[in-house]
Amino acid sequence: MTNTLHRYGSPESFQDDFIVFIRSSKGRNEIGSVPKLKAFLRTALRHRPVTISQYRRGSTVRPSENLNPIVHWRRPVQDLTPEQIIEAITEDHTVAAIFDTPEAMEAFLREVKAADWGLSVNVAGLTGETHACAKRAGVCRHSVEYSLGFQGALDRLPERPVLELSTMCGHSMVSPNLARKMLDLVREGRRTPEQAAAYLGRFCSCGIFNPTRAIRLLEAAGGGRR
Amino acid sequence: MRIDSQKCVACGNCLAVCPVSAISIDPAIRRATVDRDECVECYACENRMSKEHLNPTLVRAIRGFLKLLRIRFDPEPDVCPTSAFAPEELQWPRSIRRAFSDPCIPHESTGVYGRGTEEVKTNDVTNRVRPGEVGFTVEFGRPAVGTRFREVQAMSMALARIGAVFEKNNPVTALMADPRSGAINPEVLEEKVLSAIVEVRAPQAMLPLVLRTVKEVSAGLDTVVSVGVAVRCDGEGENSVEAVLAAEGVRAFRGKTNLGLGRLTNLETARA
Repeated sequence: MTNTLHRYGSPESFQDDFIVFIRSSKGRNEIGSVPKLKAFLRTALRHRPVTISQYRRGSTVRPSENLNPIVHWRRPVQDLTPEQIIEAITEDHTVAAIFDTPEAMEAFLREVKAADWGLSVNVAGLTGETHACAKRAGVCRHSVEYSLGFQGALDRLPERPVLELSTMCGHSMVSPNLARKMLDLVREGRRTPEQAAAYLGRFCSCGIFNPTRAIRLLEAAGGGRR
Repeated sequence: MRIDSQKCVACGNCLAVCPVSAISIDPAIRRATVDRDECVECYACENRMSKEHLNPTLVRAIRGFLKLLRIRFDPEPDVCPTSAFAPEELQWPRSIRRAFSDPCIPHESTGVYGRGTEEVKTNDVTNRVRPGEVGFTVEFGRPAVGTRFREVQAMSMALARIGAVFEKNNPVTALMADPRSGAINPEVLEEKVLSAIVEVRAPQAMLPLVLRTVKEVSAGLDTVVSVGVAVRCDGEGENSVEAVLAAEGVRAFRGKTNLGLGRLTNLETARA
């Protein structure tokens, strides 16, 4: 999956967006992986990630099958705690932690290396910054996949603020129409950036939607930036 | 995907939620409807909207009354008040839409969720992209434009002509009637999906040729194409692809880095 590869934005806009994820490979190292996935996330929590997640389930914001109508008047911006996410892990699916500073990511990578879980660990983010942090953490990168951006019918793409938000879900589950609606709601003062980020994050089924970056982008939109 | 017109109250919340804008309110029946040809069966509506289970008649009555008074209720925008989505059982070839568009179900051919391929994420244990090679992921339809397989075929056949090798463990390769030519099963050519990825490998010397081929074919497609280039690094973590990309005028500052921490542990676990 390329769910973390093609996020849209300038290099400056990714200074607070580093996704560290761990996964097994079927037939090679998936046996006994579930405790390792949990240990990865518990270790990550020591370095204050902006969110953690498990693929197919999501992050701390998730949709509800049976919502109480009171939510139209009062609704928390977080639906689950990080510990609840970890406790619910029973299957071998990728888990991720998102950091908003390279320093936090680097400190986490030191612990990841020391733990030696034997599963593949990847970082999605600025490649130069990642390479430098990994080196300082004593990790030598094995392979890199570079995002080369978009080609083809570019006139079918939405405007920049919408792209910056919606491409944070690499499976396209965060609709550009919904991102545009959230930008408008924030501009009109009908929702806070935190609320709007939570609505959008609920649609990302693997939970790698970065709420910190989303709030920053939505706050900028509140000033009418285009 | 269908919407149950008995339950739908035309609140309009689902319109913005659909990544490909396949949902609209039909003014003739005053209900939301799904354009079946545009719908890619991604299940964003059914799986990711929160659901209330309110009585539709009651909700319509309240909405009608508020409309009379010109009062606008400002509901939570990610909620279907009456749980009105009605997934249908999908038959071939339409079933292929969900396989490629819904990240919560695995591809039958690879057993992998999402786009159905491990790519560089597990390269430290799979050795998929070897030293001296480059791997390409050519993705169609994202973000949120969608693509039909005839567009994917235009690219896969062009890549086959220049000698690129298709990744065997990839769902698009599994759909090819002839992997040597890149021709895709004609039964699915008109099926629309949210995203599909063609994965190829080639010697590093072919990098400029592959990039040019992708650019030329993309210019003639009515979808968006995203390209990823994967490379092995040396013992110092360096690679020569960045320089080649720069020489081709390609700016690449973001990507996925495999840290090389994976091992073949299944045997170790079995012995322990």
